[in-house]
Amino acid sequence: MRLHAFFCALAALFALSASPAQAADPVRLGAVLSVTGPASFLGEPEKNTIQMEVDKINAAGGVLGRPLEVVILDDETGVNKAVLATDRLLKKERVSAILGPTTSGNSLAVMGKAAAAKVPLISCSAAEKITKPVNPYSFKVAPSDRLAVARILAHAKKQGYKKLAILTVSDGFGQAGREVLKELVPADGFELVADEVFGPKDTDMTAQLTKIAGASPDAIICWGTNPGPAVVAKNRVQLGIKTPLYMSHGVASKKFIELAGEAAEGILLPAGKITVAEKLPDADPEKAQLVAYAKAYEEKYHAPVSTFGGHGYDSLHLAVKAIEAAGSDKPQAIRDALEKTKNFPGIGGIFTYSPTDHAGLGPDAFIMLRIEKGDWVIVGD
Amino acid sequence: MLAGAPQYLVSGLTQGAAYGLIGLGFTMIFNTTGIINFAQGEFVMLGGMLSVAFLGLGLPLPVAVLAACLATAVVGALMERLTIRPLAGAPAINAVIITIGVSILLRGGAMLAFGKDTVALPAFSGVKPILALGAAIQPQSLWVLAVTLALLAALKLYFSATIQGKAMLACACQKKAASLVGISVARMALLSFGISGLIGAAAGAILAPITMTAYDVGMMLGLKGFAACILGGLGSPFGAAAGGLVLGVLEAFGAGYVSSGYKDAFAFIVLLLLLFVKPSGLFGKAGVDRV
Amino acid sequence: MKRPLLGRAIVQAGLFLALLLAVPYVLPNDYYLSICILGCLSAIIAVGLNLLMGYAGQISLGHAAFYGIGAYVTAICTTRLGLPIPVGMAAGVGLSMVVAWVMAEPILKLKGHYLAMATLGFGIIVAIVFNEAVDVTGGPSGFVGIPRLSLGGFAFDSDRSYYNLVAVVLSLVVLASLNLMRSRTGRALRALHVSEKAAASLGIDIAAHKRFVFVLSAGLAGLAGVLYAHYLSFVAPASFGFGFSVQLVVMVVLGGMANVWGSVVGALFLTALPEALREFEDIDILVYGAILVLTIMYLPDGLTGGLGRLFRKLRRVGKGAAR
Repeated sequence: MRLHAFFCALAALFALSASPAQAADPVRLGAVLSVTGPASFLGEPEKNTIQMEVDKINAAGGVLGRPLEVVILDDETGVNKAVLATDRLLKKERVSAILGPTTSGNSLAVMGKAAAAKVPLISCSAAEKITKPVNPYSFKVAPSDRLAVARILAHAKKQGYKKLAILTVSDGFGQAGREVLKELVPADGFELVADEVFGPKDTDMTAQLTKIAGASPDAIICWGTNPGPAVVAKNRVQLGIKTPLYMSHGVASKKFIELAGEAAEGILLPAGKITVAEKLPDADPEKAQLVAYAKAYEEKYHAPVSTFGGHGYDSLHLAVKAIEAAGSDKPQAIRDALEKTKNFPGIGGIFTYSPTDHAGLGPDAFIMLRIEKGDWVIVGD
Repeated sequence: MLAGAPQYLVSGLTQGAAYGLIGLGFTMIFNTTGIINFAQGEFVMLGGMLSVAFLGLGLPLPVAVLAACLATAVVGALMERLTIRPLAGAPAINAVIITIGVSILLRGGAMLAFGKDTVALPAFSGVKPILALGAAIQPQSLWVLAVTLALLAALKLYFSATIQGKAMLACACQKKAASLVGISVARMALLSFGISGLIGAAAGAILAPITMTAYDVGMMLGLKGFAACILGGLGSPFGAAAGGLVLGVLEAFGAGYVSSGYKDAFAFIVLLLLLFVKPSGLFGKAGVDRV
Repeated sequence: MKRPLLGRAIVQAGLFLALLLAVPYVLPNDYYLSICILGCLSAIIAVGLNLLMGYAGQISLGHAAFYGIGAYVTAICTTRLGLPIPVGMAAGVGLSMVVAWVMAEPILKLKGHYLAMATLGFGIIVAIVFNEAVDVTGGPSGFVGIPRLSLGGFAFDSDRSYYNLVAVVLSLVVLASLNLMRSRTGRALRALHVSEKAAASLGIDIAAHKRFVFVLSAGLAGLAGVLYAHYLSFVAPASFGFGFSVQLVVMVVLGGMANVWGSVVGALFLTALPEALREFEDIDILVYGAILVLTIMYLPDGLTGGLGRLFRKLRRVGKGAAR
């Protein structure tokens, strides 16, 4: 009898310990993000956002009734590290989908690996080459530079500008912007009067600006990420150049205003709606979601919210939604479901993927902003 | 063709003065120990980042900058005491690798302590540009030039008028002879790392209002400083400062007249050509082979 | 006298190859294989750099440039120009050697820190060209679409087969280097390291020997670059910058100067270390820096030197115990 009780207890214990193990079999995703290195200003908010959202999803019961786990690896903004991290996710961690990488170069470097393993990859970077031509396993959430450039040129056209000068940073971000600018500026009927570049670690751009001023353009378009554009803004004021200055969405964060100080006044730039979530008209259907995310992020990390964190949010939620739609965490099923995504409201805009479009965003991803008195003002156009 | 030249000159001199100051730091350490200190750029980074950090603690700007320089001097001295002195007798290349290791440590430490963001330091005396001779000059540029000249003058005085400075020069000339006349070579090495930290930090602090700073700016600035002191001729403080100015002006004119993308390449090509013609730098003495 | 030495080198290199080929069988999964491939590629460059630095005493802070030239040339040849892969590979290795040959004359006249600066400057200039010549190199965001390697009808398309190839190449490079150092040329190189004047007075052509070893080490870096490009099928300028040049020098010194095996150990160690330190998350960079500093401080003759001393000490202790 006693022996029987003992076995019952043992069996119960076994069942107890076994059943959570069964339920705890998590849905595993992986992320390759540039948490350190030159692109850490992108990778860190992405990582923070993904961690925050994973906690939120798990608190709400997980995915498919199972807990969600995201293995986040840092690629230190390096190609080799990104490749090794991707290999680790695919071969050691055996994840169902990969979020990231953060930068275009790293995304292009690892796309082939994910596709060979038939695992979907949702890149947080903007390069058009990632989704053009369409690779069945590669998706992206960051809006293409083409959309941002189109926004700027539409604004410039309305002001009646004819001659434009461009000043771009010589890294992946600046190169992508420069290519699109050199194509669209003449195509839209403008004259490109100067094409200058600066190094990502350069600390003085007066030489380039002096040269640009010599070409007397109607407006200058600067394409880069902090801190270069802040130096450009300061140098422009220092040289007394009054020509209007456009920046890219790469500096659409409070950090830029902080760095450039008074020199930021009057600068125009296209940005994702998250930058001005609170200032959006109440009629905007996305406002509630954007404000909620911004508030949660700022409360948890005591840092201003940025578009970049939004890329992390979008890649994670797109993957989760695809898993739920497919009812499975098999990589192939996730891929198929991702491609059927329709009107998904993300932070970066409304996503609709199709077999011919893995970029998913339309021109409404950007709004035009002006910096006034150290804050953003939405420019209607 | 000459349009913009005055502006390029002003930009070049400002940048160049900073490169020269960084090169000066290299020279201090090289002269007493024969080591090229790859962590020199990190001293520059610390100067800027610590100034911003101290300012954030509520210290007034001049005090914050001074404190940052002194703190970096301590870091330099500690580096010598903890990692360089125990090496005594090992090949010079080992010491150089150690300085690379220390630079990784300092960079990593700064990243963890101050975060990864770029930060700005307010200008020392306003931002209203001064217009002269067709160029706009930032007041901070004058600060950079003035501090560089002041530090050069102070070093000159130190080497020629103080016994300690002369002792340090003696180490530079002949270590064995210096120790035979009773100079503590080890103490001189410690001192040179301290002074070098101070100079590097000063460069970082005066440059930060113009260029902003972040935990990872050290490597590039260090490289430019190294190039400055090679250009001027290794071992001569005057040469390092002059080499820095030449390098800065080359870069600015390269960006203005050649191509902004290739301006660094332009500066380095000139540097290489110079070395091929005069293998000991602009002001270096030929035939001195200390390595 | 010569025969047995050559025989010994062949046995050593053969054992090394057997060891390398056995590695995949003990790895828990293929992720570690990627690290091994990158480690072996670095080892090929480090062995070549050690011939230049450790044996001939000439520092180079620009070796990543030759690595990059190899990678970009084969990339451009096999995609844009549509040439067969073997031609692209030969062009990649060949061009890096030609560039080295041209550079050798003026650059190797320089000494010490001036030589360091000149090679560093050369490396930076090449890196800037990779970055700025967008039409040729694809610019900062990289060069996509390089074909995976296939030679003589055999496609090295799996990581396993590629690893085997890289292991064989590394073993051959090690074998050749061991032999070279035991040859007349090797002795001449070591002689000019100790004293150029003395070597010259013995009738050694200093300039020719320096040029030979510089071109050879550049060629090995180019070879690694070619293999890298066809392994990753993507190259970006960031992989060939100053940082990697410095890392290569660290590999050589950390492994042990003038020791072929040291460079192999140093390269594998420095490639695997950051991956092993992933567990430390944010502070991994501090741990990495600390390991670097402490290793050089406490093992001044490198990892292999340290291991050698440990081994001898153990043997002495063992002998003492036996008595």
